[in-house]
Amino acid sequence: MSFSQSHLLGIEPLSPSDITAILDLADQYVDLNRREVKHSDALAGLTQINMFFENSTRTQASFELAGKRLGADVMSMAMQASSIKKGETLIDTALTLNAMHPDLLVVRHPHSGAVDLLAQKVKCAVLNAGDGRHEHPTQALLDALTIRRAKGRLHRLSIAICGDIAHSRVARSNILLLGKMENRVRLVGPPTLMPSQISEFGVEVFEDMREGLRDVDVVMMLRLQRERMDGGFIPSEREYYHRYGLDADKLSHAKPDAIVMHPGPMNRGVEIDGEIADDINRSVIQEQVEMGVAVRMAAMDLLARNLRARPKEVLA
Amino acid sequence: MKTLFTNARLIDPENGTDRPGALLVENGTIKELVYGGNPDLGVAAVDCGGKCLAPGIVDIGVKVCEPGERHKESYKSAGMAAAAGGITTMITRPDTLPATDSPETLEFVARRANEAAPVNVLPMAALTKGRAGREMTEIGFLMDAGAVAFTDCDHVITDTKVFSRALTYARSLGALVIAHPQEPGLSAGAAATSGKFASLRGLPAVSPMAERMGLDRDIALLEMTGARYHADQITTGRALPALERAKRNGLDITAGTSIHHLTLNELDVADYRTFFKVKPPLRSEDDRQAVIAAVREGLIDTISSMHTPQDEESKRLPFEEAASGAVALETLLPAALRLYHSGDLDLPTLFRAMALNPAKRLGLYSGRLAAGAPADLVLFDADAPFVLDRWKLNSKSKNTPFDGARLQGKVRATYVAGTCVFEAP
Repeated sequence: MSFSQSHLLGIEPLSPSDITAILDLADQYVDLNRREVKHSDALAGLTQINMFFENSTRTQASFELAGKRLGADVMSMAMQASSIKKGETLIDTALTLNAMHPDLLVVRHPHSGAVDLLAQKVKCAVLNAGDGRHEHPTQALLDALTIRRAKGRLHRLSIAICGDIAHSRVARSNILLLGKMENRVRLVGPPTLMPSQISEFGVEVFEDMREGLRDVDVVMMLRLQRERMDGGFIPSEREYYHRYGLDADKLSHAKPDAIVMHPGPMNRGVEIDGEIADDINRSVIQEQVEMGVAVRMAAMDLLARNLRARPKEVLA
Repeated sequence: MKTLFTNARLIDPENGTDRPGALLVENGTIKELVYGGNPDLGVAAVDCGGKCLAPGIVDIGVKVCEPGERHKESYKSAGMAAAAGGITTMITRPDTLPATDSPETLEFVARRANEAAPVNVLPMAALTKGRAGREMTEIGFLMDAGAVAFTDCDHVITDTKVFSRALTYARSLGALVIAHPQEPGLSAGAAATSGKFASLRGLPAVSPMAERMGLDRDIALLEMTGARYHADQITTGRALPALERAKRNGLDITAGTSIHHLTLNELDVADYRTFFKVKPPLRSEDDRQAVIAAVREGLIDTISSMHTPQDEESKRLPFEEAASGAVALETLLPAALRLYHSGDLDLPTLFRAMALNPAKRLGLYSGRLAAGAPADLVLFDADAPFVLDRWKLNSKSKNTPFDGARLQGKVRATYVAGTCVFEAP
């Protein structure tokens, strides 16, 4: 099992075998997490720092749990409350961190490319926990693992990603990952929420949701941010729900065994009907959360192996 | 005092010629051009060694950060950079701190420029007070104090009533107004041009159509007011038909573009390289090609460096937060020569856009190789290759997108009114 990267900044630089390496190891960690004693020493002695420059509950908790289960010393910093308010630049923050000798750095930032910038300046392995509208690689990986376990494969599937594609890093990472693994990706949403020239990414774009969901294996819903519902991008919440909310009628156009996914947190009654979200035969939303911890354990484990394989003077 | 430049390849943008010859300078003024052979006049001679001798560049829109941010660029450092880049006249921007919007500030600028810069400096002034787009500046007094044009730089005057009155008032004084055609509603918050690249990088982006909308509006205001108008940067193919129509309809309009939009495209941003963040953002390759063709045809009149110094701190930020702009005084000529070496533009066409047309638009008799014109000259080797090292630039700020780039074309010497202000070591 080999993993070619020293950071996990996005799906873009990963090869299909990198992706498979993470997913295969994550499968093992799913088993570990279901045992009574959920502990391994893969990261023992290493320090993991979570830096979230943007609010997050789930992703931060998931990374924290993943690090702790692997025996790392984990510290979480809520950056929006601290030095960034005092005018410290990202580069200064990186220099400060270097002095603390972390081994794994998990970063979320509201601006695209900010995690790449930080990764150039720190000496440890960096994991992107979401940067602006750019990428959210661990979300795409946990989605991939969920699909692979539910469908038995991660290729030649037809997958619809629905909703606010334009502002979504989850959508970008998923488009890249599912494309690399040779799936057919459809994007469904109003044109005001589609990035420009998105059709050049090798995807099919649908404005009509029923048409977009026809015969798909996977329906992946995206969260619609509250601040985008007030007439700027879509006329209103209720019109959005009518045209793009996932309900039983729209879902009936997908394959009978199609699964329903959502990265959370959900807006019930905005992008998804509550009953569908809770339907244990269709919804894999709870599994996604479970896979999230396992995928993050796998990613950090693989990065730590590469870190330990580096020559000592580089580590110092 | 007479000097004869012998054995030169004379680049004459007025006649569109590129021929071997000699040029006689007397008392800081061009006296005579001699083609075919080197006359023996018994005066001091400069052997050009077969290299190119062209009119010095007249660069509209140079940002020198005095007053306000002298740590980014002073008149001394900018002047040295200009001389080293073959620029003999800098037309400076008023987007200083505070804005150059009063005769008093303009006098400070003129004094600093005279003291410190070895090349000609002609300042522009703001069109509205504080570049805020609400009240017009003292256009008459500012012209008396030496302002050669009026511009709010990249601040678009959104209130069309304010802009139309300023244009009308400027017309009555014959003042040239330079504007930044852009629809600010569309371009607000944008860091890139919308398209596949911006979508992949997840950057907030502006449609290239915003430029055409801004230009269309300004053209309508020109029809209303009859003012003298120059668009600072036309960078998209979509804006060109409107420009062409406006010219055909006899409006007093000219347009420029920046060297970065002529030689780079949006893909050069690559992994969020902030030195490639300029305003307007870099465009698609199709747009770049369209703009090159427009320069060739003369539809776009001028090429500028749009020299914008930024310190390291304002660039070492996530792309969206980073400041826009690039230093370019020293890279303008070698970058422009990329277009010559690629066969896109010949040398007389390049100097028409970099020297003759800007001078003409500002009513200067420089920018040409003609008897009676000031001997503002640049002697350069169009072929000499080098790799650019940003730390060797004269500018105080080193934010060039050409760091590490392979370029061809080195300035050997620069002359202002016949006096050598730069000589390559």
